Amino acid sequence: MIEVSGLTKRFGNTLAVDDLTFNVREGVVTGFLGPNGAGKSTTMRLILGLDRPTAGTACVDGRSYGSLPGPLYEVGALLDAKDVHGGRTARNHLRALAQSNGIPVRRVDEVLEMTGIESVADKRIKGFSLGMSQRLGIAAALLGDPRVLMLDEPVNGLDPEGILWMRNFLRYLASQGRTVFVSSHLMSEMALTADHLVVIGRGRLMADVSTKEFIEQNTSRTVRVRSPQLSRLAEVLRRKGVSFEPNGEFLDVRDATCAQVGDLAAENQLPIHELFEQRASLEEAFMELTRESVQYHAEVGAGATSEVSS
Amino acid sequence: MSTAVQSVSPMQPPTKASLPNVIRSEWTKFWSVRSTIWTLVLLVVLTAGFGALICWGVETSAQHGEPQPAGIDATAVSLAGITFSQLAVAVLGVLVISAEYSTGGIRTSLTAVPSRPRLLLAKAIVLGVVSLVVGVITSFVTFFVGQAILGIAGIGTSLGEPGALRAVFGGGLYIFASAMFGFALGTLLRHTAGSITVAVALLFVIPPFLNLLPGEWGKTVREYFTSNAGSQIVSATPQPEALSPWYGYLVFSIWWLAILLVGAWLMNRRDA
Repeated sequence: MIEVSGLTKRFGNTLAVDDLTFNVREGVVTGFLGPNGAGKSTTMRLILGLDRPTAGTACVDGRSYGSLPGPLYEVGALLDAKDVHGGRTARNHLRALAQSNGIPVRRVDEVLEMTGIESVADKRIKGFSLGMSQRLGIAAALLGDPRVLMLDEPVNGLDPEGILWMRNFLRYLASQGRTVFVSSHLMSEMALTADHLVVIGRGRLMADVSTKEFIEQNTSRTVRVRSPQLSRLAEVLRRKGVSFEPNGEFLDVRDATCAQVGDLAAENQLPIHELFEQRASLEEAFMELTRESVQYHAEVGAGATSEVSS
Repeated sequence: MSTAVQSVSPMQPPTKASLPNVIRSEWTKFWSVRSTIWTLVLLVVLTAGFGALICWGVETSAQHGEPQPAGIDATAVSLAGITFSQLAVAVLGVLVISAEYSTGGIRTSLTAVPSRPRLLLAKAIVLGVVSLVVGVITSFVTFFVGQAILGIAGIGTSLGEPGALRAVFGGGLYIFASAMFGFALGTLLRHTAGSITVAVALLFVIPPFLNLLPGEWGKTVREYFTSNAGSQIVSATPQPEALSPWYGYLVFSIWWLAILLVGAWLMNRRDA
């Protein structure tokens, strides 16, 4: 279990992490969501003792990271897969890490096999693709068979096969009862991977809910309908007590299905030219939640809302 | 690609990131990058090569009956290559720590070993032992090669002469201290190119210019400056206008120790 309490980090005038408090529970995948620059990586670095907090504490199983006698046995972390000396071979990199915590060196072969990179084990890391580097990072995180795994944007830059592999792997690790804390700026990815969500924006906690709850709260179903006789259709809907909103030449009907709206129109002999369901995506919900906190807004223009702000 | 994760080999009792374990880890890291081999080869080649070359030059001029400067120190002549090779080993010292920062590997290292002083100490021990052993062996080999060449003209010396054994062993000690000097600067500055530049400036470029400093004050600065102080250990006969061998070496040791302590203190405070 990871316990973060009142965690604050200031870089000069910038408050990167602002009084964060949350817990990461065991046996589930907890997604750590936020736009780029929201403070996810900084929070993870604070938990690992790489950065010194301005205020607050972060504990792993009740102890600060720095006081863990053999940290690789407790926490497996992958921050940036490129945080390695490229001149070393994968095997030597893992061997040195294993030795530092007194982990038997045969464990190196096991993690190489688990992550499917045994064929490149004796190659220099600088020639690795991002996907292979990520697997090497996961291999390093698994060296000590830790109960807690903390991964920063592990699917970033991976190809679809790599993403699928990572997704299944994280689920598998959580199913073994491990604590898995994984960050992402992609809501859609977390919706598939995470059981629980911690959402931050501008270093502040925005939400700490289960994924299921978040989806229920943040998605509404709307049926959009176009008809040459829009005002009569509106009249019919109003009589039925269905809530709707005029939207140009459409009506947006809330909490109804296409079948219901279509049947209603047919009963009243109203022509319909278009009828489709619109579902607010999780991505949009996430953006709505963090809109105010996005550090760098794209110039607002056509289509700006269909992309994740960078 | 398999997603099967066999549950792990038992790891009981959990061991720790203790100093012996971290030293083992740093030993693996030290020998698994190419720059270690390059700089050590350069150290040996420059020490022995320049030593042999200078001895050959002195021997040739002696054979031709040219008058030799009074009080020529045959030991120091054979070990003169250390003036250049100290830079190779200082670069190795810089890289041992600065490469961690330039590659980002420091974050991985500190995740495995959260105690920064312990990580630094383990690195210093590995670097110190290797540079001392390689330095002493190189120094002795260079001395014997050089004396063999000088011996042709009958101006060689032997380990039995006063101060010679201390000077030859001192060559190894000076190589060790140069490595630690580079390591200390790398720890303080965390930047490879910057640390190497400063190391070369302090050990090699600035010392000759200090002769321009006037008066008693200038003399003191000159005598106590890095390599001017440290290299006295490599001379068999005490030089005029210089600190005594062991006192000079102590001064040089204080130089790198002080820089290293400031660097370690900063490392412990700074974000990685």
